[in-house]
Amino acid sequence: MTLSAEQQIEALRRMWQIRFFEEAAIRLYGEGRYRGSTHPYIAQEATALGVCAALKPADQVLATYRGHGAAIAKGADARGMMAELLGKATGMCKGKGGSMHMSQTDVGFLGCNAIVAGHIAIAGGVALAQQLDGTSAVTVAFFGDGASCEGVFYETLNMATLWKLPLLFVVENNEYAISTHVSESISVPDIALRAQGFGLPGVTVDGRDFYAVYDAAAEAVARARRGDGPTLLEAKTVRWGRHSAVAAGPGGANVDKWKLTDPIPRFRQELLQRGVVGEAQAIEIEQSAKAVIDDAVAFAIASPYPELTELYTDIYA
Amino acid sequence: MHELTYAQAINEGIREEMRRNPKTMVLGEDVGKYGGVFGVTRGLFDEFGGARVRDCPLNEAAIVSFAIGLAIQGRPTIAELEFMDFTTFAMDSITNQAPKLRYFWGGQVSVPLTVRTPIAAGLGFGTQHSQSLEAWLVHVPGLKVVMPSTAYDAKGLIKTAILDPNPVVFAESIALYATKGQIPDEEYLIPFGKAEIKRNGDDVTVVALGLMVPKALKAAEELAQRGMEIEVIDPRTLAPLDIETIVASVKKTGRLVIAHVASKTGGIGAEIAQQVVERAFDSLDGPPVRVAAPDVPIAASAQLEGAIIPDVAAIVKACLSFRNTRA
Ligand SMILES: Cc1ncc(C[n+]2csc(CCOP(=O)(O)OP(=O)(O)O)c2C)c(N)n1
Ligand SMILES: [Mg+2]
Repeated sequence: MTLSAEQQIEALRRMWQIRFFEEAAIRLYGEGRYRGSTHPYIAQEATALGVCAALKPADQVLATYRGHGAAIAKGADARGMMAELLGKATGMCKGKGGSMHMSQTDVGFLGCNAIVAGHIAIAGGVALAQQLDGTSAVTVAFFGDGASCEGVFYETLNMATLWKLPLLFVVENNEYAISTHVSESISVPDIALRAQGFGLPGVTVDGRDFYAVYDAAAEAVARARRGDGPTLLEAKTVRWGRHSAVAAGPGGANVDKWKLTDPIPRFRQELLQRGVVGEAQAIEIEQSAKAVIDDAVAFAIASPYPELTELYTDIYA
Repeated sequence: MHELTYAQAINEGIREEMRRNPKTMVLGEDVGKYGGVFGVTRGLFDEFGGARVRDCPLNEAAIVSFAIGLAIQGRPTIAELEFMDFTTFAMDSITNQAPKLRYFWGGQVSVPLTVRTPIAAGLGFGTQHSQSLEAWLVHVPGLKVVMPSTAYDAKGLIKTAILDPNPVVFAESIALYATKGQIPDEEYLIPFGKAEIKRNGDDVTVVALGLMVPKALKAAEELAQRGMEIEVIDPRTLAPLDIETIVASVKKTGRLVIAHVASKTGGIGAEIAQQVVERAFDSLDGPPVRVAAPDVPIAASAQLEGAIIPDVAAIVKACLSFRNTRA
């Protein structure tokens, strides 16, 4: 399966949207416009876009608290997201979720989840529903290297493989779980090796390489649609920034080196080299993405806070 | 009318709902061909097949979370956990996920999930298979908690649980599984939040939960012979709780006893007592009395467990303690 020029351009546009969204989120936090925290997806944009480029609207995506990237990649509305971040009534979750609980079910984004790995087995159930429905839709669960240490991940690997579920496990190995480096927490060099013990394919790719992620994801998705079961896809990157707005980043001399591996300039360069876009269009894509986020920020700031009566709605159906 | 045991009544309720809605599913350990460790799902596999009545590996967390995933995709799902003690492995699913997704996603999904789990208190299984943990769950906004005490109630309540678009924990009592009841041939549902007065009386209100309901009814017979008429109320659902029926009874009797199998501290008894105090303090002759297990792990020895799980005599004694409170 090859991507059309349009799809590749859209991928670049959304990568920029994620980057600008996260930069705005950090800025707005610093301005005291919302509380709690936020977990930037910076340095991982190519993974969300590479995977979601292989998906259709009916496919479902579940992600973590570091899930703004997956949300935008699956087509969530930037205004609704930004307003959610600021706790506004116009937020996609009416301000009840915040940074770590965004969701937009009408685009197949079954949300962020703030319990590390808590969503992985839920994704298993969603995939089981898809299998029983007999459509060829698939489910993707994005999660981190830290999450790959949680027991429920292994429970789900086993069940999904046993039942040949149309599920794609995407472990985004950004080398850190808050402060803990993978060398201190993971017993194998590649998390994808975990697949061997469960009998499903495990693939490791450079998570900063859009095309590598896309190729691996497209193959895994095709396999899932055929009814051949799940794949564990490991996308490697390095989180050079802070874990969250309130927690520290790795720091040290490597940060500047890591920044050179930034997935967005890399993808932009590749699109230019492949002749998919020219320089003028590349600039336009970046600027229009910026405009979408600027508009979302203005919308969110201008939006009202929820009425207190909202406290008691949406608890029970 | 037909006669069924409490376990069979739950089975019949599930069966009817699976016939009604072809999307309704059962997930759990040994629930399929084997029919459940206590036989509650017997025959469902044969009628509905292994795709809908699914045997799962031993992973309580994933069983409940898979059920959540199915539920948010429009498939009402009943997850069975073999003993209530094992809900601990699934606590993230039960407390952080199922009752919260709808709220923090601003109403975008509903979660028609039923977690069926039995309490084995009083049967000598020892402490990791005997706990009554309902108070933990009632403490979680967004969860409904049901605790039936008769075959009739169990059937009507399991059907309501399955049809409810919200997460429900359905706490069964293994010691009641073999008790029999008359079940109407026509369909019936029992609404949540509706207590039942199992016996009328003017002297003491006894709110009894689950396994304590039949014991309270026995206590009522003994007390009647000694000239005391107790009113036995089974709330049937703890969340939502029908406090109105309890308060109305206390306004009549002036005395309240709450009987549960769970240990005393932090149990539902404290919550019910406080709610009654808030609403009917002036009607009370004295402080409400709790009949509950002492705050100890549940020992296996019949001798020791017998001293832990409250019995008929404990209820009788609690009621008689009110004897001299009113002229
Ligand atoms: C069950 C649970 N344990 C701990 C935390 C606190 N916590 C939040 S993020 C995080 C690190 C997760 O690391 P990883 O899975 O690698 O994801 P990343 O943050 O790198 O995207 C921890 C420990 C949590 N939210 N949930
Ligand atoms: Mg990480």
